[in-house]
Amino acid sequence: MNPEINEDMTKPILQMNKMSKSFGGVQALKDVSFDVFPGDVLGIIGPNGSGKTTIVNCITGFVKPTSGRVYFKGKDITGKQPHKVADLGVTRTFQIMRPYYSLPAYKNLVIPLFSPRAKRTGGWRGGGRLGNRQTIAIDILEEIGFERDSYIPFKKTSTLPTGYLKRLELARCLALKPEIIICDEVFSGLSMSEIASMVPLIQRLQDEGITIVMIEHRLRELFQVANRVMVLNFGQKLIEGTPTEVMADEKVKEAYFGSEEVEEVMTYA
Amino acid sequence: MSTQELRKERIDRGIKVRSDGLYALMSLRELSYLTLPRFILIAGMISLPFLMPGMYWQRVISIVCIYAVLALSFDFLSHYVGLVSLGGAFFIGTGGYVAGILNTYYGVPPVLTVPLAAAIGGIFCTLMLLPCLPLKGVYFAIVTLMYPLFMARIIEAFDIFGGTDGIVGIDSFSSAFVEQYFVVCMVLIFLFGLRRFVTTDRGLIFTAIMDNDQAVKASGINITKYKALAVFIASSMGCMAGACLTHIYMWSGISQFALDFSILPIAATVIGGAGTLVGPILGCLILVPVSELLRDFGTLRIVFYASILVGFILFRSDGIMVFIQRKYEQFERWTKI
Ligand SMILES: Nc1ncnc2c1ncn2[C@@H]1O[C@H](COP(=O)(O)OP(=O)(O)OP(=O)(O)O)[C@@H](O)[C@H]1O
Ligand SMILES: [Mg+2]
Repeated sequence: MNPEINEDMTKPILQMNKMSKSFGGVQALKDVSFDVFPGDVLGIIGPNGSGKTTIVNCITGFVKPTSGRVYFKGKDITGKQPHKVADLGVTRTFQIMRPYYSLPAYKNLVIPLFSPRAKRTGGWRGGGRLGNRQTIAIDILEEIGFERDSYIPFKKTSTLPTGYLKRLELARCLALKPEIIICDEVFSGLSMSEIASMVPLIQRLQDEGITIVMIEHRLRELFQVANRVMVLNFGQKLIEGTPTEVMADEKVKEAYFGSEEVEEVMTYA
Repeated sequence: MSTQELRKERIDRGIKVRSDGLYALMSLRELSYLTLPRFILIAGMISLPFLMPGMYWQRVISIVCIYAVLALSFDFLSHYVGLVSLGGAFFIGTGGYVAGILNTYYGVPPVLTVPLAAAIGGIFCTLMLLPCLPLKGVYFAIVTLMYPLFMARIIEAFDIFGGTDGIVGIDSFSSAFVEQYFVVCMVLIFLFGLRRFVTTDRGLIFTAIMDNDQAVKASGINITKYKALAVFIASSMGCMAGACLTHIYMWSGISQFALDFSILPIAATVIGGAGTLVGPILGCLILVPVSELLRDFGTLRIVFYASILVGFILFRSDGIMVFIQRKYEQFERWTKI
């Protein structure tokens, strides 16, 4: 396990404090606060347009919050530029995938492996020294489920199906040797079997000591991995708690779920 | 034999050689297949000054090379970094004036003014363009188009650096031979240097920025830094060409900020094949001499130019180079079934 991550399990690694964001007239976020502790898998759920992606953008610097602060390991990172946030190890995936379509799949990872952070840390599984970027890239791809010895890592990214592109989003985070990965709907658009193979991957990352924030519409799979869940509605936090607590809450039932779905999900939680 | 027993077969030599990898080097035929185009290009460029009938056409070759460097820098910025720059005139003018000033005011010889102009001019152009780097597409293009006008008007209005007369009495290259081989080598070095550079890991970052700048940011890479590096590379190439131009004409003046230097390289790139790096040079080899031949027609040249350009955009939008490459790599033959 990474000692850096576990220096203090009781202090939050990521804190959001009374964050608000409005786009012109639209109040996308309103006074949202939450803490993420080291080793957590925090799930964020909410209906479409409830501000989930905006939270990710505010944390990672892609959008400047109107008010409120973000702390990483107690340090204020509000409004820092995206590459500086990523340099600290706070990484994200994009809901609308952003691969480099004109490059072969494995070269997509050569880019993050060229970053100052990868050079410092050695990249995923690198012990402080960065080896050959292309070899590491292929290793990461294998780890997240690209078949080794197949030609898929060498195929042009624009020819890959959605499942691989979603994995590539995660792979980019891994290449940076992240402390936190914020996944914005990595399961959406995937088939049941693809999701089934992604779930153990997330669990493995958690076991390795990476803190994970998961935004997800697929509640059943989310509740398999998340230890805490936060519900957003119209940019406001409705409730936060363990999956079971959240499911039992009346407000959540009203605001978000059809009651049958709750029953169904409850049996898994 | 009737056609029914025959089948047309298309073979891609490019793919064959590339997939053969190292083994390609064992066969003389494959080896020559790989090296021949490079050889023709290098030998052709080097023998060009000899092949020209007289002083006048030798001078045209020098001008071709100046434009070729500009076209290379345009192709690099627009197709490998994603910054569409109309800054050719800005780069040429800046480089030209830096060389002129260094030579006349400080007595620096041309051997030194050319590299110095590349460095100083490159830094100056990069600093001027730094605030515009977050701009995309047409906005960046417009700003790069404004700067040469801006510079020319400033020099005119404040009557600095010789004002509208320009700087005169600048040293020329020591001989016509030196002049020509200097510019020819400059083109070849920049061409092969850039071709190598864009495939390195660092060069790949530029392509990535063009593809998806948000993802590059999320990878912990400062894209402004890399865009500035790209602009520096392109502008110092242009400034070096500008310095050569100054020494060729022994003069630098505000006509070096003329828009021809921005427009012709783009036309050459379209004709030659955008994104190929070699294509723009080919385009200049065609366009510049043609425009010399048409000098008698005065401003009607523009009509001719525009027609060529529109014709290419409509009928051969990927350019001559892509066409030649396809013909060279793939050939068709009839085989018996
Ligand atoms: N850049 C923007 N400009 C203007 N409005 C925006 C912008 N980004 C988000 N919004 C608005 O903010 C609100 C929240 O959007 P957000 O993308 O955060 O929702 P979400 O919870 O991620 O939705 P989904 O489940 O569809 O991904 C929406 O009403 C959206 O229209
Ligand atoms: Mg979203």
